Amino acid sequence: MTTILTLPVLLPMLGAAVTVLGSRWATLQRVVGVVVLSVVAVLAGVLLVVADERGPIVTELGGWPAPMGIALVADRLSALLLLVSTLVTLAVLVYAIDQRIADYGRGTASTTFHPMYLMLCAGVSLAYLTGDLFTLFVAFELMLTASYVLITRRTNASRIRAGMTYVTVSLLSSLLFLTAIALIYAATGTVNLADLAGRIGTLPSGLRSVLGLMLLVVFGIKAAIVPLHFWLPDSYPNAPGPVAALFAGLLTKVSFYALLRTQTLLFTRDEPWTLLLVLAVATMLVGALGGLVQNDLNRLLSFLLVSHIGFMLFGLAVFDAAGVAGAALYAAHHITVLATLFLVSGLITRRTGTVALDRMGGLARSAPWLAVLFAVPALTLAGMPPTAGFVAKLALLEAGAAAGVDTRIVAGVVILASLLTLYALVRVWVRVFWGKRRAPLPDEDDADEVVIGTARSSVPMYAATGGLVAVSLAIAVFAGPLTALTARAGADLVDPVSYRTAVLGARASR
Amino acid sequence: MTTMTTTMTMDPVTINMVMALTVGVLYAVGFTLLLSRSLMRVLIGVVVLGHGTNLLLQLAGGPPARPPIVGTAPPESFADPLPQALALTAIVITFALTTLLLALGYRAFVLVGHDEVQDDVEDRRIARQKVPSAPLEAGDGDEQDVESADDEVEAAAARGRDAAS
Repeated sequence: MTTILTLPVLLPMLGAAVTVLGSRWATLQRVVGVVVLSVVAVLAGVLLVVADERGPIVTELGGWPAPMGIALVADRLSALLLLVSTLVTLAVLVYAIDQRIADYGRGTASTTFHPMYLMLCAGVSLAYLTGDLFTLFVAFELMLTASYVLITRRTNASRIRAGMTYVTVSLLSSLLFLTAIALIYAATGTVNLADLAGRIGTLPSGLRSVLGLMLLVVFGIKAAIVPLHFWLPDSYPNAPGPVAALFAGLLTKVSFYALLRTQTLLFTRDEPWTLLLVLAVATMLVGALGGLVQNDLNRLLSFLLVSHIGFMLFGLAVFDAAGVAGAALYAAHHITVLATLFLVSGLITRRTGTVALDRMGGLARSAPWLAVLFAVPALTLAGMPPTAGFVAKLALLEAGAAAGVDTRIVAGVVILASLLTLYALVRVWVRVFWGKRRAPLPDEDDADEVVIGTARSSVPMYAATGGLVAVSLAIAVFAGPLTALTARAGADLVDPVSYRTAVLGARASR
Repeated sequence: MTTMTTTMTMDPVTINMVMALTVGVLYAVGFTLLLSRSLMRVLIGVVVLGHGTNLLLQLAGGPPARPPIVGTAPPESFADPLPQALALTAIVITFALTTLLLALGYRAFVLVGHDEVQDDVEDRRIARQKVPSAPLEAGDGDEQDVESADDEVEAAAARGRDAAS
């Protein structure tokens, strides 16, 4: 069981090495990528079942006992998010491969895409599984460095502009993260999360607050919490379709997971956190209102992405078992639905040749399947019953209603932001799918990687998008067991005894 | 090793004032450079900031002491090796990212002619709009927009045909 824990990190890394060495053989790269991610998805499922039945699984790398060595930990939350993330990366990879085949034929290999994609997956797995603050930094760097390459490869002028903002902001937050780690180490003498959970409580409260707030700023930048969100709607829309889907699905949620993990494990509190409630309200409203005025489909989705980070933040701000459980469920649902919407946006762009909403129209008649693929995740994101979004929002609202007066007010804002999301998406529906049929606009830039306006989309691209829609529907169908699972995960997070005992053993009582 | 780290945390770590000030100056310089538009200055800012952070990691390990190699000295006189390992990892990562930024800056210079970070174009455009577009209510006006945009498309297509013939 302990070996399985290392494989979600090692397999994608080995796969990346193989795809670099085999960069002349396109088929080899594709097979390696899909096989590796399929295996990781199965392993993540196994980890989830075992972690749910027997408690957190721990591996001490190199045989060094924690807190000296690096520990990998899979508990219910990390295994669940790992499973959902891997399913999304698998679907997006299938989509990306078939988009490339549709555009350039079966024979063209890519020297950078497959290795970087797999390295990003390795970083994501490591970020979920690590039980060590510094390894978390390394995981983020692994993930972000791969993302820098993916967002700036085959550059044109607009993509380089977006890439610069993205890279600079991410670098800044990484250096702040490193600073926070140095200060935490200076104060406590450990970087092991389970060990820190015991030691940080003994620090003076002022010092604790400073360290907690530093980590909030670090992960706030990476997770695009208002007012630290400005880089996201600028950079994501400029990435090619599948890459934008990958980023939108995973990167911000991994950062939110890190925030959830560190705040619940290290900086525990007994009542709702007012600062985070205010940030959640700002994030929900700024994102939703920003989405309303956009004319670029991808920018609109990016703003809605920011808005829905606020929903998860609300769950964390409530800071009890129910709230944190709601946040975990919402994160799982959000990963799938945002990735799906960006993939659908890619399909729409390929058909219409533009991302401008006012230059599209009539797709409901010319591409009815596309309309279905858009409608289901759109309704899910807006939280209409009986979709997964409704289940997740219900969990958040129940937690908010039970926790006190101010959380009830914020729960009202949750409903308002959901309605604004629905309005923004209805606006997309009216402009893109209704109205007169329009001839596709010609591709403005033939040299860049994205081929648009041709309506050439292969069946696997639709199948991959449909698969993600199916995952999000499955979350709705299995809402009962999943809600129970996240409720257990929430209880684990709020009272991290099982986590600490699993990592430290008898030393946890110290 | 366990005892060593434990004792180190029990004692308050005394920090060299000169080193602390150096870290502060490096952070100030780094952040100031990060605020500029030119990617080259941003790059230097990141490098300086990275040095500051690595120095801070070193400071976190406590005062200078003997190299932590078993058998060369009594364990009590060892320096804490962990921050050094962390700083080494961080140096490798910042080095890799510095090269990436350098390549990005060069690419921007080749493509755009300069390496300055530009404003968000679409954001500026939306900010300039006087009346926010109200899509659902404005039925008639919308229809006309669609028509005129259609004409534009057809005109563009016609131009394309002319050019081809």
